[in-house]
Amino acid sequence: MAAARVTMAAKGRNAVFVVFSIFLYAPFLAIFILAFQGPQGGLNFPLRDPSLHWFHDLIDPRSLSDFRPAIGRSVILALVASAITTIVSLAAGLAFRRRFTGSATLFYLTIGSLVVPSSLVSIGIGIICSMLGIQMTWWGSALGAQLTWTLPFGVLIMLAVFSHFDRSLEEAARDLGANRWQVLRHVTIPVVAPGLFAVALLSFMLSYDEFARTAVVAGSENTLPLELFAFMSLSVSPTIYALGTVTTLLSIGALVIATAVLIRSANRRRAP
Amino acid sequence: MTDTALPSTKTWRPHTRGRLDIRTLLQVSPLWAILLMFLVLPVALIVLVSFWRFSGFTMEPGFVLDHYRDLFRPSTLNLYINTLRIAGITWLITAIIGFTLAYHLTFDLNKPATVTIKFMILTIPFFTSAVIRTVAWVPVLGRNGLVNSSLISLGLIEEPLNFLLYSEFAVILAYVHAMTGIMMAPIFNTMNRIDRSLIEAARDAGANGWQVLRHVVLPLSMPGIAIGSIFVLTLVVGDVATVRLLGGGQLGTVSVAITNQSSLLQFPIACANAVALLAIVLVCIAVILRFVNIRREL
Repeated sequence: MAAARVTMAAKGRNAVFVVFSIFLYAPFLAIFILAFQGPQGGLNFPLRDPSLHWFHDLIDPRSLSDFRPAIGRSVILALVASAITTIVSLAAGLAFRRRFTGSATLFYLTIGSLVVPSSLVSIGIGIICSMLGIQMTWWGSALGAQLTWTLPFGVLIMLAVFSHFDRSLEEAARDLGANRWQVLRHVTIPVVAPGLFAVALLSFMLSYDEFARTAVVAGSENTLPLELFAFMSLSVSPTIYALGTVTTLLSIGALVIATAVLIRSANRRRAP
Repeated sequence: MTDTALPSTKTWRPHTRGRLDIRTLLQVSPLWAILLMFLVLPVALIVLVSFWRFSGFTMEPGFVLDHYRDLFRPSTLNLYINTLRIAGITWLITAIIGFTLAYHLTFDLNKPATVTIKFMILTIPFFTSAVIRTVAWVPVLGRNGLVNSSLISLGLIEEPLNFLLYSEFAVILAYVHAMTGIMMAPIFNTMNRIDRSLIEAARDAGANGWQVLRHVVLPLSMPGIAIGSIFVLTLVVGDVATVRLLGGGQLGTVSVAITNQSSLLQFPIACANAVALLAIVLVCIAVILRFVNIRREL
């Protein structure tokens, strides 16, 4: 009786999972399908004459919705943000293995960076630029705003990675005569490389998709999410679905790869 | 068992005392520099500028409380009521669903691989583009969208439902869609560490499933619920895109007002709103931390 009730409850929770997952992915599925709308097709179902028309429109220089410059800017920005996040998180992760003056403050500041409402970061940086007469640009002020979002994730991942790190590997290298730089270069970095890869990939995606903190501070040239937002308020065509399909599939792919790499390395280190 | 599936920060604790050598200084100075420049300085300036004089076009240094007094105008107060209502409803729904899903992942599944896959299914949408995620609701909720056309063809309604899109309903739905995963993740992390023998002990002592949930699992999951709640609260009150794209122009929130005011260069007014919003968020976080000790989770 009791056992049967437990199973019933578990089935109920599984049903919640299934229904919620459908709710999660149905909107994405809708735009994936509608991205293949024919030239005469609209923003809603039904799908008329399926075609690749809107994917072509996406990269057509004659089209109103030529997103290529914005995509270019967003990719460059994401690469830079990802590189900075990876290096800074690695350095901070190395330091956080020891206690040092201000480590608690720095840790809570990093968490604070994650939970401060995005609109505040955005206008705060806007005010600095306006007071100092600095031109706001996607590669300057917007990069800074995005780092307040990507760095907390990077640092937290590196903390997790280093919490599984076997320090006797470094000691062994030192005993064999390696200097600090050689230990870092030949032992520490190779061991945490999967973690670094995950940080790089995740921060690339977070930066590429970032809207809330970039919005006010990107200056005159828009990043892709800002361009999309502007495009949405002007006219909407299935081009946006085509772009959404490409972007979302890239995001999902990157996240799956990053997680798989992290898990594989964690499991491998745990194995005897 | 399942903790091999996901990395965890549990073995790390913030240290309070220690030393600071050159190497450590070099390692942490980039992080310090970025956070000071792009987080601490902006927030400090927001507080400072909120007291400045503002004439409609120019601002000048000073110490006036005018902008704070203006917050108590009915139209402005309304923005705060909207923001808190939306945040409250979103929090309640994400907490209930997030807790249920975390429970499912922790106690109903045997294989670590299944846990990982289900965990990813639930958290991936949070990390996709906020704008795209929002756009994706148009073909689903619109006048001629999937929901309306299905309801009409089922004969349940005759006219399309207009409140589905460009409404507060749409905004809250989009928040629940994006943020339940980020609520679920920390709850799962905490629940996963509950000693299973406690649950067996409660069962042996005669507790039924509901009593175990209410008196064992729920209290021990509170730190995770607290962290998830802080995430959801700050994400909702800081959001602008979802409200702009799905709110239909009628719906005003504090963050939308702040962004509008700062794009009109009305910085002191925007800053007073930002300080008030930050104060509300900090009070909420303080209340949460007053009742729940999350130190062990960090």
